[in-house]
Amino acid sequence: MSAPRDDILGRIRAANPGPEVPVSPGPVPARGRGEASALRQRFFAGLDMAGVSHATVTSWPGVGAEIERFLAEAGPGGGLVASNDPMLEPCGLDRLPGLRRGAPEAGDGVSITGTVAGIAETGTLMVRSGPDIANALHFLPDTHVAVVDAARIVGAYEDAFALLRAGGAPLPRNVTLITGPSRSSDIERILQIGVHGPRTLHVVVCDAP
Amino acid sequence: MHADSARFPDNVTAARRDPMLLGALQRLQRDARAGRAEVIARLPEFEALRDAAREIRNGALANLAANLERFEENVIANGGAVHWCRDAAEAGAAVTRICREAGARTVAKGKSMVSEEIALNAALLGAGFDVVETDLGEYVLQLRDETPSHIVIPAIHLTKDQFAETFRDAHDALPEDRSLEEARAITDEARGALRDVFLRADVGITGANFLIAETGSVVIVTNEGNGDLAQSLPRTHIVVTGIEKALGTVEEALTLVRVLARSATGQEISAYTTFATGARRADDAAGPEAFHVVLVDNGRSDLLGGPKREILRCIRCGACQTVCPVYGAVGGHAYGAVYAGPVGSVLTPALSGLETAKHLPEASSFCGACEAVCPVRIPLPRLLRLWRQDAFQAHLGPTALRWGLFAWSALTAWPGAYRAAGAIGGRVLRLLAMGRPRLARLPFAGKWTGGRDLPVPEGGTFVGQWHRRRGK
Repeated sequence: MSAPRDDILGRIRAANPGPEVPVSPGPVPARGRGEASALRQRFFAGLDMAGVSHATVTSWPGVGAEIERFLAEAGPGGGLVASNDPMLEPCGLDRLPGLRRGAPEAGDGVSITGTVAGIAETGTLMVRSGPDIANALHFLPDTHVAVVDAARIVGAYEDAFALLRAGGAPLPRNVTLITGPSRSSDIERILQIGVHGPRTLHVVVCDAP
Repeated sequence: MHADSARFPDNVTAARRDPMLLGALQRLQRDARAGRAEVIARLPEFEALRDAAREIRNGALANLAANLERFEENVIANGGAVHWCRDAAEAGAAVTRICREAGARTVAKGKSMVSEEIALNAALLGAGFDVVETDLGEYVLQLRDETPSHIVIPAIHLTKDQFAETFRDAHDALPEDRSLEEARAITDEARGALRDVFLRADVGITGANFLIAETGSVVIVTNEGNGDLAQSLPRTHIVVTGIEKALGTVEEALTLVRVLARSATGQEISAYTTFATGARRADDAAGPEAFHVVLVDNGRSDLLGGPKREILRCIRCGACQTVCPVYGAVGGHAYGAVYAGPVGSVLTPALSGLETAKHLPEASSFCGACEAVCPVRIPLPRLLRLWRQDAFQAHLGPTALRWGLFAWSALTAWPGAYRAAGAIGGRVLRLLAMGRPRLARLPFAGKWTGGRDLPVPEGGTFVGQWHRRRGK
């Protein structure tokens, strides 16, 4: 078992006789820096560019009301499932008929999850797995509704990781940067939205005082 | 087309007679150039990020042994396992063993070029597993028993109608009169067929864009979401990847993410950039119970110790293929190799031997378009030239070329003789042309003129003109 490992490492070390070298990450683009209000505008512009619909509410219970409005308007079929993310607790999701909590199943049409952060740089969401979140919630149902805390809209990808790893927390099993719904240009380079992941991504930003 | 680089000249002739392929390649090169230019214009820091990306990859290669050891340590600490494989056979055996121990029947596969390199599907199918490619392009290729012809757009050589025709043959339980006119309908049919695969798969296999030493994470960058389903639903997640991909930190990966999609698809960022760290935690709601990383060397440590080391900086964006005039004229399959285009012409001789792949480093005009777009600034023309030197030293070229080069280099040592020979050569060519502007055939170079005409020189030699003009 150790023969291939020693072989490979030995060959690498023979090719690299020198000591380890310091490595620095690249610059964070200016578009990932700025005042909170500018970052928020950039985040929304990024969502627009990525084909993500979004609404802003000013209270946590307002999140549930907005999702109810969105579901009535968009009318996706299938079951409705939400994560157990504590972030969703004050959101008044109980008003949604038929809502289940936990992992998604084949027949589910809509998932509702929280997010770690919104990222202004490219209109990106950071989501994670955990005891409260089955990772497939972000990928299996046709429609994904993601809730973003306005206070956690950051500039750059690095800032979102800093939030996630605050206090030296280890990375969860899965962390994903999501930018727009699932897509492919594999057929004659014609853009198709919704391949294996969600066709529709709706973001509800809660800007509660 | 033959999956054999030695057949490159014949494959080229066949490709040039395929109007559908040539149309697809033309569209790709036109659209992708425009897409890249547009997205880069919106990011003033792009060139600085390319410099940083080059240094990050150089640093990763310099620290590779330590990075891999730390990566392994952290994968194990998070409940995973690492398998070191020297070559394709060891890697295929490792994945087969893991699938067997997992009691697997169905294996859902995300896109992975390394898995093509080690012919993983053949190994798993041979061992009796039901392996299904789940990337839309790779799925149709698997149904057609074809290989990818581009690193990021694997089925770029196929038309919409060929997708439809393949699905009609494969999905024979669906109504025959359904419409597959639109790309939407074709995509939806694949989505439906593959959903079942994700739900019943026992093992999910993905590749990796980056490995991160400090956390033991595996990063995949995708658009469809299949790689995420493949690593979230099955009980076992296997990652198959090359050893060169290990970076130090999360932040290094984030810099590379900023140049990757912009170079590959003209997107600001791909839809999904996913970090997978170990197996599911004891209290996690879901996720794979087993996590295995299969590290494949397959010639990489040799490249690391040699003059073509810089090719290992490659992050597999496919930009060099997309802009290459040779790739654009013949497509990926003509190369008869897993990796086509400029990056492939540097990698393939290392993977399958220079004797088989000797044509590939010749398939370049050294125009430099590849180097100009490479996000990690690999000097691809210089590396191709190194292979040409190796081929010359190994006596792999045609004898006529060899003697021609000797004669030419001897002449250059005698400027007077060189000028005289040049003037005579020009006159002979003009005589042969008998007033025509181009020569369709040339004695002793019939093969060369078989594919192109030689323009007839006009107005004397360069040196002759130089003296004339300076004299004025």
